[in-house]
Amino acid sequence: MGKARSAGARRKAPGIPVGARGGPARPNPNPFEVKINRQKFQVLGRKTRHDVGLPGVSRARAIQKRTQTLLKEYKERDKSNVFTDKRFGEYNSNISPEEKMMKRFALEQQRQHEKKSIYNLNEDEELTHYGQSLADIEKHNDIVDSDCDADEPGTLSAELTAAHFGGGGGLLHKKTSQQEGEEGEKPKSRKALIEELIAKSKQEKRERQAQREDALELTEKLDQDWKEIQTLLAHKTPKSENRDKKEKPKPDAYDMMVRELGFEMKAQPSNRMKTEEELAKEEQERLRSLEAERLRRMLGKDDENSRRPGHVSADDLSDGFILGEDDRRLLSYKDGKMNVEEEQSREASDGESEEEEGEDSSEEDPEESDDPDSHSDLESDEESEEGSGTPEKERRHAPGKRLTSDGQKAREAARTELPYTFVAPESFEELKSLLSGKSIEEQLLVVERIQKCNHPSLAVGNKAKLEQRGKCQGRSEQAENHPLTFVPSKATAGPGGGRHGALTSQKLFGFLLEYVGDLATNDPPDLRMIDKLVVQLYNLCQMFPESASDSIKFVLRDAMHEMEGMIETKGRAAFPGLDVLIYLKIAGMLFPTSDFWHPVVTPALVCMSQLLTKCPVRCLQDVVKGLFVCCVFLDYVSLSQRFIPELINFLLGILYIATPNKQNQGYTLVHPFRAFGKNSELLLVSDEEDMATWQRKSLSLHWASGLKAQTKTEANHTRLSCLAVCLALVKRCVLMYGVLPSFHDITRPLRALLTEHLADCSHPRELQELCQSILTEMENQKHHCQPLICEKSKPVPLKLFTPRLVKVLEFGRKQGSSKEEQERKRLIHKHKREFKGAIREIRKDNQFLARMQLSEIMERDVERKRKVKQLFNSLATQEGEWKALKRKKFKK
Amino acid sequence: MERDPGPGGARRALGRLLEAVLASRGEANAVFDILAVLQSEDQEEIQEAVRACSRLFGALLERGELFVGQLPPEETVMAGSQGATRKYKMWMRHRYHSCCNRLGELLAHPSFQVKELALGTLMKFVQLEGAHPLEKPKWEGNYLFPRPLFKMVVEGLLSLEEDRSLLLSQFREYLEHDDIRYHTMQAASDVVARVANGHPEVPLIFCNNAFTLLSAVSLPRQESDISSFYVRRTELSDKWKVTHLKEHRRAFQLMWLGFLKHKLPLSICKKVLVIMHDSILPHLAQPSLMIDFLTRAYDIGGAISLLALNGLFILIHKHNLEYPDFYRKLYGLLDPSVFHVKYRARFFHLADLFLSSSHLPAYLVAAFAKRLSRLALTAPPEALLMVLPFICNLLRRHPACRVLVHRPGSPELDADPYDPGEEDPAKSRALESSLWELQALQRHYHPEVSKAASVINQVLSVPEVSLAPLLELTAFEVFERDLKKKGPESVPLEFIPARGLLGRRDDLCAQHFTLS
Repeated sequence: MGKARSAGARRKAPGIPVGARGGPARPNPNPFEVKINRQKFQVLGRKTRHDVGLPGVSRARAIQKRTQTLLKEYKERDKSNVFTDKRFGEYNSNISPEEKMMKRFALEQQRQHEKKSIYNLNEDEELTHYGQSLADIEKHNDIVDSDCDADEPGTLSAELTAAHFGGGGGLLHKKTSQQEGEEGEKPKSRKALIEELIAKSKQEKRERQAQREDALELTEKLDQDWKEIQTLLAHKTPKSENRDKKEKPKPDAYDMMVRELGFEMKAQPSNRMKTEEELAKEEQERLRSLEAERLRRMLGKDDENSRRPGHVSADDLSDGFILGEDDRRLLSYKDGKMNVEEEQSREASDGESEEEEGEDSSEEDPEESDDPDSHSDLESDEESEEGSGTPEKERRHAPGKRLTSDGQKAREAARTELPYTFVAPESFEELKSLLSGKSIEEQLLVVERIQKCNHPSLAVGNKAKLEQRGKCQGRSEQAENHPLTFVPSKATAGPGGGRHGALTSQKLFGFLLEYVGDLATNDPPDLRMIDKLVVQLYNLCQMFPESASDSIKFVLRDAMHEMEGMIETKGRAAFPGLDVLIYLKIAGMLFPTSDFWHPVVTPALVCMSQLLTKCPVRCLQDVVKGLFVCCVFLDYVSLSQRFIPELINFLLGILYIATPNKQNQGYTLVHPFRAFGKNSELLLVSDEEDMATWQRKSLSLHWASGLKAQTKTEANHTRLSCLAVCLALVKRCVLMYGVLPSFHDITRPLRALLTEHLADCSHPRELQELCQSILTEMENQKHHCQPLICEKSKPVPLKLFTPRLVKVLEFGRKQGSSKEEQERKRLIHKHKREFKGAIREIRKDNQFLARMQLSEIMERDVERKRKVKQLFNSLATQEGEWKALKRKKFKK
Repeated sequence: MERDPGPGGARRALGRLLEAVLASRGEANAVFDILAVLQSEDQEEIQEAVRACSRLFGALLERGELFVGQLPPEETVMAGSQGATRKYKMWMRHRYHSCCNRLGELLAHPSFQVKELALGTLMKFVQLEGAHPLEKPKWEGNYLFPRPLFKMVVEGLLSLEEDRSLLLSQFREYLEHDDIRYHTMQAASDVVARVANGHPEVPLIFCNNAFTLLSAVSLPRQESDISSFYVRRTELSDKWKVTHLKEHRRAFQLMWLGFLKHKLPLSICKKVLVIMHDSILPHLAQPSLMIDFLTRAYDIGGAISLLALNGLFILIHKHNLEYPDFYRKLYGLLDPSVFHVKYRARFFHLADLFLSSSHLPAYLVAAFAKRLSRLALTAPPEALLMVLPFICNLLRRHPACRVLVHRPGSPELDADPYDPGEEDPAKSRALESSLWELQALQRHYHPEVSKAASVINQVLSVPEVSLAPLLELTAFEVFERDLKKKGPESVPLEFIPARGLLGRRDDLCAQHFTLS
C-alpha cells in the first residue's frame, strides 16, 4: 500500500496539469489505471498533451465502440435485411422539430383517416401535447404554472452568485441536473445562460461609465469655477499666459534696429595679408596633403579600408583593439630586401638616378617656376589698370606661359579689337566659327573671355564656394586675385544666366577638346595652338571634373570603337591619327595618372595598350606614333612605376626592325611585329654617310601627322632619331623596372637584341654608347630571387558556441520559413500522423475481429461438446436402461 | 538552218527543231542543229540550246527512246545490220552522250548563268536516267545509278583552274538527298585521288573547291533519316548500300581520308581543323584513322597545332587513343604568340581540360604554371585577366605545386632555377622555382590584373575560379567595363597645373619630342 502511495505522491509533483486535465472528467481515477509519461526536462512553452494516459479506460472505450460498430457489422455480414427508418424527416436537419412534428402529425392523421375512419363522420380527434391528451392537461393546468414561477427567481440568483465566484462549470452541471430533475419545464440552454450573463455585465458597465462621466463633468465645472475665481485672486499670471498664446509680440523699434544692424551687409574682417613665407608654407602644406592623397589613391587600398567596417565578433569587447592590423601594401624590393618604408617609390626613384626627379623635387619646382607667373600676373594687372574703365578686367592669365613682349603686344592689339563679352557657344560649330580665322593670341583671348563671361561663380555668388573653387584652380590664382572681384560683373550676367553659364562652360570643355582634335587632324597640325589650349582645358577641367572626364571618355571610346571596327573587319588596325594621341596626352595631364584606379586614366591605359598590341608598324610615321604612345604610357606610370608588358614588347619590336633580319635567338616577337616580312627592316639604315652626319635631336610631332621626308638622308636621320628615342625609352624602362622581381626575365629579349645591336658596329657612336650603358645597367640589376611566401592568413578562430539569437514571434510554430512552407509542413505532419493512426486502428480492428471469431469458435465448440456429452449421457442412460431391462429378462 | 536575228528568233527556231525531232523519227537529224548551237559563242544562245536539249533528251529518256545496255561504238552501229529502231536508239544515245559531254564542258563556262543552267540540266538528266536506267539490271532489284554521268558532274565541279564556290553552293541543295550525297562522296574521293596522283603538289584552287564540296557534306545522325532520294524509286530495297548509314559513313571516311592524306596548303588545313571536331569526327566510321592527319597538323606548329589539339583531344578522350609525349608537345606549344592569336579562347579552354586531371605529376603542372607565368610577362591585359586565374586554378588543383607561391624557410637564390629553353617539362626544374613573374605583375598598370596577380599573396582559396567568362574577353570589353565602372567619389584631378602640351620638364614626351 505504501508503494501505491509513493507512486501517487510522485505523480502529484509534476501532476499539476494532470489535475487540471483529468480533474473534471474523472475526479477520482484509480491510480493503477493511470499511466504517466514522465518528462526528463521541463521545457518552457512546450505544450504537453500526452503526459498522462488512462490505457485501461481508453481500451475499454475502444472495445465498446467496436462492439457497437464493427461487431455489429461483422454479425450482420451475411444478412441482407436492412432496417429503414421511415419516420418523416428523422435525418433531415433542415426542418425544425416543431415543423417535423406538425408534418408527422398530419401524416398520421392522414393515415388514420384513410384506413380506419373512412366512415367516421364525427371528427372528434383527440388533441395532444407531448403525447398527453390536452383534455387531461387542461384539468390541472394551473398547478404546473405555479411550479414554474416559484422556481424561476431562485435559480437566477444562484446562477449569478456562481458566475461571480467561480465554478461556472460545476454550476452549470448542477443547474442542468437540477433542471432535468424538474419535469415539464423546458431546460435552459447553456447559450441562453451565457447571453444573460453578458447582458447583465454590459448593463453594469454602462452604469459605471455614466457615473464616471458625471464625475468628469463635475470636475470640469469645478475647474471653470476655479479659473473664474483665480482671475480674481491673481491678475498677472493668466495675462502673460494669454499674451504668449494669442498676441504676437509687437516688434520693438529697438529690436528691429539691432537686428537690422546685425544682418546688414558689411565688410567682413578679412584675414590679414600673409607674408611670403607663410604663403609658401601654406602652399607646401597643401601640396603635401594633395600628394598624400595621391599616394593613397595610387596604392589603391583606400576603398577596402574605409568603406567596410570590420567584422565585429560576438566576443568583441568593443575596446577598439584590433588584432593584426591590415597594413598590406604592394610588395617591393630594394637592394634585395623587402621594402617596408612607407613611400618606397620616392626612395627608389631618388636613389636611382639624377635624371629622374622624385616627388620632392617636383613639389618644389613649381614653387620656383611660380615666381615668373606671379610677375606676369602683376604685369597684366598693371596693364589692365591702364585700360581701366572696362567692366570686366583681365585678372588672370594663362598660368605657366611666359609671354614674350611680342606676344604681349599682339595681345594688347587683339584686346582692343575683340568684343569683351561672348555668348557661350551652344555647339561645336559655333565655337569653331568664333575661333576660325583668328591668330593664336586672339583665339586664346576669345576662349578665355567665353570662360569668364560664363563663370559658374557668377550665379552662385557664394563666398565659401568660390574660395573652394579658387583653391581648386591651382596656384596661379593668388591671394590678390580675390574671387570677390568677380562680383561687379554680376549685374551683367544675372543670377539666372549664371546657371546657364555654368552649363555652357561645362559643354565648353567638350567643344574645346573637339577643337583640339580638329586642330590635330589639320594638315599641318596646329600644335602651337593646342599647346596653348591645354592650359584652358586644364582650368576648365578643374572647374568641371565630371563633364571633363565624360568628354574625354567619350573621345577615347570613339577612338577605341573605330579601332575595334577595323580589327573586326580586317583583323588588324592602323595607328589612329594624331588627335587620339593628343587626347591621350591631355588626359594624362588633366588627371592623376598614378591612381590605382581612375575613371579616365584606366581606360586611357587600356587604349594605349591596344594601340601598342593591335596596330602593326608599317611606315616611319607609325614608328613615330608608336614611340609617342610609349612616351605617354611611360609618363602615365612615371610616379606609380607600374609594369607595362606591351611596352617592352613594342620596344623590342622597334629594336628588331632596326637590325638586319637574323635567325633570332633568345627572344620572340609578338603580335604586331613579324620576324620576317615587308616591314621587318623598316628602321635599318645602311648609308654610312647619313650615319656620320646624324645629330641627335628631338623628334617632331609633325612626323606623326603625315610629314614626309624630303630626302633620303632626312628619312635616315629620322630613323636614327627614332632608334635613339627607343633606346632612351629602353633605358628608362630598365631603370624603372629594376626593382621588379623577375626583371631579368622581362628584359632578357631586349638584352639579346641589344648585344646584337652592339655586334654590328655600324651605328653612330652615340647610339652605341647608349646601348652599352643600357646593357651595363641591366647587368647591374641584381637578381631578386627570394622564394615566395604567402602572407600568413589570420588563424581561423575557434568556433565559439555563442548562441544564435532568433527573435521568436510566435511560440509553438516552426521558425524560419514562409507561411506556405509552414502550412505544407503542418499538412505533411498531419497526414503522417493520421496515416499511422489509421494503420493502428485497422490493426486493432483486425485483432478485435479475430478475438471475436475466436470466442465464437470457442463458444461453438463448448456448445458442441456440451451437446455431445448430453448425447453420450442420454445414450448411456438408454444403454443402461436397456441392459437393466435385459438383465431383468434374464433373471426372469 | 536559217537564223532569225535576236534571241527570240533563236528560241523559236530551236523550238521548231525540237518539235520536229520529238514528233517524228525522220527528223532526227535536226538534233545536230541543236547540238551545234550548244557550241555557240553567244551566252543567250547557249542557254536556249541547253534548255532545248534538256527538254529534248528529257522527253526521250522518259519515252525510253534511248538505247539501253552496253553501247557499241558509233561506226559499228551504223555498219551493223540491226533493225532501224534499234539503230535509231543507239544513234540517239550517242547524241545524248555528246550532249552530256558538252554540258560538262559548259560547267567551265565563264558565265555563271550558263554554268548554273548546265548544272541544273545535268542533274535533271541524272534524275531521269536514274529513273529510266540506260543499263540493263543484272538481277532483279539491282540498284542502278548513272555513275559515269554523275562523276562527270562532280569532276566539273572540282575544277583545277577556277574557284567554283558559287556553283558548289548551288550544288549544296542537291546534297540534301541521300543518294546524291552518297554518290558525291564516292565520286569526290575518286576525283581527289586522280588529281592528287597526277600532280605532285595539289593545286590550291582544287583544294579550295574540294574542301568546299567536302565540307558541304553532312551526314544524318540516325539511320532512319535516310529516306529522301533524288532519283525517285518505287520501293527501297534493304540490299542497296545506299540505304545504310554505315555505308554512308564508310564513304564519308574514305572521302576525307583520301583528301587529307595529301599535302594540303596551310589555309585548307586550318579550315579542316576548325570543322574537324564537330562535323567530321562524329561521322567517321573509325575516327582513330584521323590520327595521321592530326599528328601531322600538330607537328606543324603555331596556330595549326592549337587547332589540331581539339581533334586530338576527342580521339584521346573518346576513342582511347594513346598519344606519346602529348603533354610535352602541349608544353612546346606555349610561346608568347599564344596570347595574340585568334584561337586563344579555344586553346586555353582545351588546355584547361587537359590539365584538369588531378593525376598529373606535380612537375608537369609546375612546368606549365611557370611557363604560362613567364609568358604572361608579355601578354596584353585581357589575356592576363584570363591566364592569371588559369595559373591559380592549376595551383589549386595540385596542392603539391603550391610551393611555387609558398616556400617558407628556403634561402635566397642567385638565379631562377627554371630553364625556359628546356623542351621537356620534367627537366625544366620548375618545381624548384617560384612564380616571381606573378609578383612582378602585381605592379601591372591595370588594376584588375594587379588584383588578380595579388591573389597569390594570400593562401589560395579552395574553390576554383570559373574561366568560361574570361576566355572570350577582349580588350575592347575590358575598356568598356572600365568606362562604365562608377567610382565612389568625384573624379580626382591632377593638382600640378598644365603648362602646355609638352609643358612638364621631367616629361618623357618633352624630352624626346618637339612641337615644331
